[in-house]
Amino acid sequence: MSSAMYKRMRANPKFQELVARRGRFAWTLAAIVLTMFYGFVMVVAFNPQSLGQPVSEGSRLTVGVAVELFMFIFFWALTAVYVKRANGEFDALTQEIVKEAWKENK
Amino acid sequence: MLRKLITSLGLLGFSALAFAADAVAQTEKQATNWHAIIMFCIFVALTMGITYWAASRTKSTADFYTAGGGITGFQNGLAIAGDYMSAATLLGLTAMVYTQGYDGYIYMLCFFAGWPIILFLMAERLRNLGKFTFSDITAYRLDQGKVRTMAAISSLTVVCFYLIAQMVGAGQLIKLLFGLEYNVAIFAVGILMMVYVTFGGMVATTWVQIIKACMLLSGGTLVMVLAMSEFGFSFANLLEKATAVHKLGDKLMYPGALLKDPVTAISLGLGLMFGTAGLPHILMRFFTVTDAKEARKSVLYASGFVAYFFNVIFLMGLAGILIVGQNPEFFEGGTVGAKLIGGGNMVAMHLAKAVGGNMLLGFLAAVAFATILAVVSGLALAGASAISHDLYARVIMKGQASEAAEIRVSKIATICLGAVAIVLGILFEKQNIAFMVGLAFGVAAAANFPVLILSMYWKGLTTKGALWGGYGGLISAVLFVLFSKSVWVDVLGNAAPLFPYTQPALFAMPVAFLLAYIMSKSDSSVAASQEIEAFDDQYVRAQTGYGAASASNH
Repeated sequence: MSSAMYKRMRANPKFQELVARRGRFAWTLAAIVLTMFYGFVMVVAFNPQSLGQPVSEGSRLTVGVAVELFMFIFFWALTAVYVKRANGEFDALTQEIVKEAWKENK
Repeated sequence: MLRKLITSLGLLGFSALAFAADAVAQTEKQATNWHAIIMFCIFVALTMGITYWAASRTKSTADFYTAGGGITGFQNGLAIAGDYMSAATLLGLTAMVYTQGYDGYIYMLCFFAGWPIILFLMAERLRNLGKFTFSDITAYRLDQGKVRTMAAISSLTVVCFYLIAQMVGAGQLIKLLFGLEYNVAIFAVGILMMVYVTFGGMVATTWVQIIKACMLLSGGTLVMVLAMSEFGFSFANLLEKATAVHKLGDKLMYPGALLKDPVTAISLGLGLMFGTAGLPHILMRFFTVTDAKEARKSVLYASGFVAYFFNVIFLMGLAGILIVGQNPEFFEGGTVGAKLIGGGNMVAMHLAKAVGGNMLLGFLAAVAFATILAVVSGLALAGASAISHDLYARVIMKGQASEAAEIRVSKIATICLGAVAIVLGILFEKQNIAFMVGLAFGVAAAANFPVLILSMYWKGLTTKGALWGGYGGLISAVLFVLFSKSVWVDVLGNAAPLFPYTQPALFAMPVAFLLAYIMSKSDSSVAASQEIEAFDDQYVRAQTGYGAASASNH
């Protein structure tokens, strides 16, 4: 019964579209986070001096603090972007897929 | 160069997570702190009231394990933050910024960076496939009995080690903050935990975590604001004064140096990021929300709170350099630069006293106690569900157990876990338990995470592969830690470690993945091909949530 439902959903081109679009989106965001984070870790490891420099002449704020604060905010903003799109666009698409599979059922 | 990186990561793991283990190890009993005790009693009274109310709503297994799946994303976000930010976060990280400056800030980013990854790659599939425990997901299309047994064993291993670390830390901390005897503190924590979990199940545990998260966030913010007011709310001003007096001088804002080698660093980084994604009590929180939508929101709120609080801690630590570090009142013998009264981890507490007097100190101490309770309750519930849901209901009774019987078993399991926690907490009082948190994260990263992620993403995973991967990761993680310096030399007293690194993840994770891959590929049984075929249906459910466990009605 539910296996038949799953089969119909899988056959729906919209399902392929959902999986492809959401997968691409999620992996892109994950790649951004991983690259930035491990990039930062590498800088900490190989060029720590650069992080202690002031952001501008005479400023007390250092590059390291500014970069990290930016990452805290940016990563969180990315989670917000993902949640917004997944809970809106992708969930709407999911609803359609489930509904269409039900219709075929009748 | 790499030393700096390791410093960060090493301290992140040991100083922050297991701070209670090593740093508080030789604490002396302090004068009884009545402000703290009164405020803590208010917390206990409030949470007991909630437990009483929750008990009347905890009837089915779904109520017990997942609060009926009716927690909202916002509530769950707070609860996850409450589960994730332990007393170590508040005390250990503040102390790290106080002594190491910028390094502390780096560790906090490491703690935080795993959350977006959990959201993008795991949250929605977890919610769509799981019901009560994460074994529901790994065993979804595989042999129920064998895979659940494996997942339950590794869950319980993680829970036990984590629980011992928390209990011993709790005893030391409470002795220090409240002036109570170590054994009294252990019994208090163990018994309160048993009451919350057995009577109130996940509903009570969730609310304990929510209240605690609110206390932690508000208490920390208040201390930060009061401290910053002394510097005219100017970060530049604070930074200028702090670098001027700190013994590191201008180096305060540079990545510092402390540890050994890049391998340890990467290993620890992997262990933390993927260990978090394999901790049974954190994973369990994803099943308490109504649907994948709320599961995603939980991570959004949780990571927001965590990120915010880490920045608060950074400011607290920096302000502590001036407010605590320049005040002779907080040093033994009254000389600035001597040992801090109560040990290095007391910076946050001293800061609270300096800016808000005994009331604020009492409040923050109560927060620390509440924090420990919230974390051990989550752990006990996760352990109890592995015993009752996975082992009893699914493996022993093969799904034939009645709900009432399953709940009864889980309550008995909770009491047993509480008793074990108390006994072990007392036995390990004088032991160096720093390795236990590392072990818990290592096992979570090497035994739980690989099988979990493969079961969600890789069609080819079979029962044989899952078992080899799971047990292989578990055994190798345990052996790597056993043969490392932290156990082989420090605990067992041997001259040299057999395994040169203290962090198992970098080595144990590939073992798990490789075994799972090879054994799945080499499995040509009929059962295996059926399991592979079953992935297609599982995949549709994971993606759409169709057929996912829904919220029970109240």
